Amino acid sequence: MNNRLINWFKYASPQSFYPLAGKMIPWFVALATVFGAAGLWLGLAVAPTDFQQGEGYRIIFIHVPASWMSMFIYLVMAFWAALGLAYNTRLSGMMAQALAPTGALMAFLSLWTGALWGKPMWGTWWVWDARLTSELILLFLYIGFIALQAAIDDPRRADKAGAVLALVGSVNIPIIYFSVKWWNTLHQGASVSLNKAPAMASIMLWGMLLLALSFWMYSIAVALYRARTIMLERERGTEWVKEVLQREGAK
Amino acid sequence: MIAAVGAIVARDLKLAMRRQADLVSVLFFFIIVASLFPLGVGPEPQLLKKLAPGVLWVGALLATMLSLPRLFADDYRDGTLEQLVLAPQPLGLTVIGKVLAHWLVSGLPLALLAPVLGIQFDLETDALATLTLSLLIGTPALSGIGAIGAALTLGLRGGGVLVSLLVLPLYIPVLIFGAGAVDATVTGMGAEAHLSILGALAIGGVFFAPWATAAALRISLE
Amino acid sequence: MNIYWNSFADFLAMGGYGLYVWGSFGVTALVMIAEPILAVRSRKSLVARLKRQARADRNKEQ
Repeated sequence: MNNRLINWFKYASPQSFYPLAGKMIPWFVALATVFGAAGLWLGLAVAPTDFQQGEGYRIIFIHVPASWMSMFIYLVMAFWAALGLAYNTRLSGMMAQALAPTGALMAFLSLWTGALWGKPMWGTWWVWDARLTSELILLFLYIGFIALQAAIDDPRRADKAGAVLALVGSVNIPIIYFSVKWWNTLHQGASVSLNKAPAMASIMLWGMLLLALSFWMYSIAVALYRARTIMLERERGTEWVKEVLQREGAK
Repeated sequence: MIAAVGAIVARDLKLAMRRQADLVSVLFFFIIVASLFPLGVGPEPQLLKKLAPGVLWVGALLATMLSLPRLFADDYRDGTLEQLVLAPQPLGLTVIGKVLAHWLVSGLPLALLAPVLGIQFDLETDALATLTLSLLIGTPALSGIGAIGAALTLGLRGGGVLVSLLVLPLYIPVLIFGAGAVDATVTGMGAEAHLSILGALAIGGVFFAPWATAAALRISLE
Repeated sequence: MNIYWNSFADFLAMGGYGLYVWGSFGVTALVMIAEPILAVRSRKSLVARLKRQARADRNKEQ
């Protein structure tokens, strides 16, 4: 038990995390590709049509995974933020910074696919549905986080300020979701819900789960890759970065 | 404890009184924003009455936000803030004092001004009363949550725009329940549920958010 | 596990929803290709910059 704890902290230093991440990235890329190909095959080629929504329902295969990821990445960011504030580890701030752009993109994809789904299903690109509105606000939170970090030059301050913002945001997300839901039920008679999935045959469910897994692996791979870049930038001037640079030159 | 908070409030109020122009410009901003909407959407009373809760609440929210960057900036520039951080009393209490003072010079006057603007929008007496009450209850939450943004962006270039980017999404629940309370009165449903949730948000904003603000201040001053 | 579509044209048409379905999948694919490319590019430019700096430092020492 104790042993494992030490190991854990060993990998929390950028110097040892950098090569570990480098070894893991190809695996995550491979898994993302395999899961993605399988999911697309099931979702686009094999799965039968939905008798209510026709072929338009197939958007669900990427809409739902993108929405899940956008929410989940914010939680992971808040987790790293809490870790960084509590233990003052360098790695946590870098991970949070590396995750934010991917999270924002997932939120964007969720909105984009939601709009393209809404148009044929309800005849309009956008409805102020509780989930769509919350997703939009989540995108705003990501943008605030990225803008704050970009405005601060000192990386340590940027990490900590970002961490406080991410934590405040994650406390607020349930409140925001609850209030948007309340507002929505008051203002809209017939509530149309995007995530009211058609009764899914198991083959559809499998397709969606495989694509969700693929999105997971993709996000991890991109975030790790970006974290490695951030590590090099922040730790420039240290011996291990110099060694890495020399090895890069040899290739 | 209360004396310490009171001392901060008194000090900030005294400072604010020396710069009454700042105070007045926030109020005029509110008046101008609220007056722009009828010019933009047309003078039909029915339409204006429907828009009034949202417009007045959004106007008050933006006006509060405008005054946020000044919350810590002056103390930061002359070094007082560092003294306050090092002082023996908990920084969270100091922040509570500053938030209350901020509310007294921004939220409170805005709430008292709002019914006058509400008349422009043809609101009935009971709706005007709810508007004032909802602003009285809701604006402390705006000051409290806004203080977090002000503390995080302390001393940064482009701080003003950045504050709005950070704080506006967090203001959404307050906006929903504040404007919702007025709307509920206009349409004849009771506003009690809205107002009590608004009260809960205000308690969170005034008593919990300052601790996050204190953490943010320490980070910004490091 | 039979393929659901009768022809490739059917597959593209998506029962009349082609624009929406392919608009969603297309933009998602675009984002998921563009993001890694941008990440690789920013890393490459960083490595080049750091190397230039290292070389400049070495020259200064000599």
